[in-house]
Amino acid sequence: MEKFTVHHGTAVPLRRSDVDTDQIIPVRFLNHSERTGHADALFADWRTDPGFVLNQPRYRGASVLIAGRDFGTGSSREYAVWALLNYGFRAVVAPRFGDIFHGNALMNGLLPVTLPEATVERLWDVVTAEPARRITVDLTRSRLDCGDVGASFRIEEGARRRLLSGLDLIGDTLRHEEAIAAYESTRRSAMPTTTSV
Amino acid sequence: MGSTLAEKVWNAHVVRRGDGGEDLLYIDLHLLHEVNTPQAFDGLRAAGRAVRRPDLTLGTEDHNIPTVAVDKPIQDPVARRQSELMRANCAEFGIPLLRIGDAQQGIVHVIGPELGLTRPGMTVVCCDSHTTTQGAFGALALGIGTSQVEHVLATQTLAMRRPRDMAVTVDGVLRPGVTAKDLVLALIAEIGTAGGQGHIVEYRGTAVDALSMEGRMTLCNMTVEAGSRAGMIAPDATTLEYLAGRPGMPRGAAWEAEAARWRALAGDPDAVFDREVVLDGAAVRPFASWGTNPAQSVPLDGAVPDPDGFATASERAAARRALEYMALAPGTAMRDVPVDAVFVGSCTNGRIEDLRAVAEVLDDRRVAAGVRMMIVPGSAAVRRQAVAEGLAEVFDRAGADFRAGAGCSMCAALNEDRLRPGERVASTNNRNFEGRQGRGSRTHIVSPAVAAATAVSGRLAAPDDL
Ligand code: SF4
Repeated sequence: MEKFTVHHGTAVPLRRSDVDTDQIIPVRFLNHSERTGHADALFADWRTDPGFVLNQPRYRGASVLIAGRDFGTGSSREYAVWALLNYGFRAVVAPRFGDIFHGNALMNGLLPVTLPEATVERLWDVVTAEPARRITVDLTRSRLDCGDVGASFRIEEGARRRLLSGLDLIGDTLRHEEAIAAYESTRRSAMPTTTSV
Repeated sequence: MGSTLAEKVWNAHVVRRGDGGEDLLYIDLHLLHEVNTPQAFDGLRAAGRAVRRPDLTLGTEDHNIPTVAVDKPIQDPVARRQSELMRANCAEFGIPLLRIGDAQQGIVHVIGPELGLTRPGMTVVCCDSHTTTQGAFGALALGIGTSQVEHVLATQTLAMRRPRDMAVTVDGVLRPGVTAKDLVLALIAEIGTAGGQGHIVEYRGTAVDALSMEGRMTLCNMTVEAGSRAGMIAPDATTLEYLAGRPGMPRGAAWEAEAARWRALAGDPDAVFDREVVLDGAAVRPFASWGTNPAQSVPLDGAVPDPDGFATASERAAARRALEYMALAPGTAMRDVPVDAVFVGSCTNGRIEDLRAVAEVLDDRRVAAGVRMMIVPGSAAVRRQAVAEGLAEVFDRAGADFRAGAGCSMCAALNEDRLRPGERVASTNNRNFEGRQGRGSRTHIVSPAVAAATAVSGRLAAPDDL
């Protein structure tokens, strides 16, 4: 996983709530089996509208997405996170995230930053007035700053440590192989297996 | 203080209490489908890792496969490639796989229970948000992402913070014609798409007790549409009756021992929930969605709401966008909404009981002129049973298209079963998102009975309207 410590960039305002993962990447694009190459599929149905915010030249190169409440709800497709990363986003700010999306983002080094609705609205105003305004997302201090808007955010400690160090969670878990084996030895023989299917 | 059902199942699976708030949980059953897994296998290969317990893992082909000509090679090149990859990955890592055309194949959340693999007290994960379905058995069933799939494949564990506990209590008797689907739509309309966020929902109350396992699965299935991590129902006589005699189930004294264990999973009377919601089952009416998320639903007796009537600015904006996408005017009676198509199927409502409810309405009736109705069984076994019970003939006579193959079909429109832009469908699936059933498609989520009545009348309708 790519490390996340401090990120500087510019931001794009997505003034919509309930952006489900079917909108982030429509299902017809779940058609290749890599983690990369999904940039063009990001918000594909909305990007056909020339006025859509990602199509506006002034937001070209933005790396932080500022979205409305309940971003990433719905389908568990991790493609949604890959599409955002492939497009160039490193962080998404929203008042609330879908649980599975949130977890997927943390596993891939896309930082989901939860901030109160009022703060998100102020951020929208700042980056609407000044698209080139620099935004800083600092995970070492759990702080976001953009113009005169500054806010602290919380990331669960375990995930935060992994992001800061770029640690591979599977490798980390495998260090506890003995504990897994010990648990396994206590499982009852009545538990089903799939080999009989 | 006593424990909730969820807490008991959780605690029985903790391999290690982690620092940073995450526990390492042992996973009893890991289900896979063809769309969300190839990257996980690539990750294993890149790191030189094996699958720890292929014998607790099962693959299925359900999401993108065709529902016609299931005995022939898959025609669509993308679907064929994904299936070939799935077959190669499962073969390489020794994972059993149910393929299109197999007698036991079906939608992953339908076959887990059908094959007796999903049992009370187990932890079940799958790369699919509707894994919540399987919590109907008192299992802790979680949808996970692809990176987590890789983690479970390699370690048979999942690192997770325990969600909070939420109780949804539904007392009262559901009126005739009101189903679990209506109940869950009413719940989501009440608490919103994030009403259960960060929580495991336990359903209880007399209306829940009275539901069949199929109805309970429908309820738990759509729990994810309220943002919840999982839905659960404590095992009872209905659960045991469904499970008895399923493949691989213990018999005799061993069965009695399992049954006793499962019954003891019920939450303690003094267990405390972080949140409680109470619904009156008797007050629930047939529901239908009008917007582009499942919370945007009203009773069929109602009308399309006026966006100005919503409390917050973001709700008003969302309602306006939804009505524009759905091409609906505020104040339109739901029963005046005409449809082009009706879809019955999915992991929400593709089981035998759902097909029976549809057949009951369609018996001696015809699908309205200008409406096409597609019925896709949730599993090959459901289809066989529908044929054996004579339901297939009823569908045929009514002019509905009962598909030969089982799968997700038009629920997610990954295969060729999809709507054209602007077409409107009454659908028994779970999501009415923009473009969910084909680019530009407009979905009204309904119960199987409402779907069937709508097919006959050509407009949204309940069986009593016919
Ligand atoms: S039927 Fe629909 S919701 Fe269920 S698993 Fe398939 S695509 Fe997902």
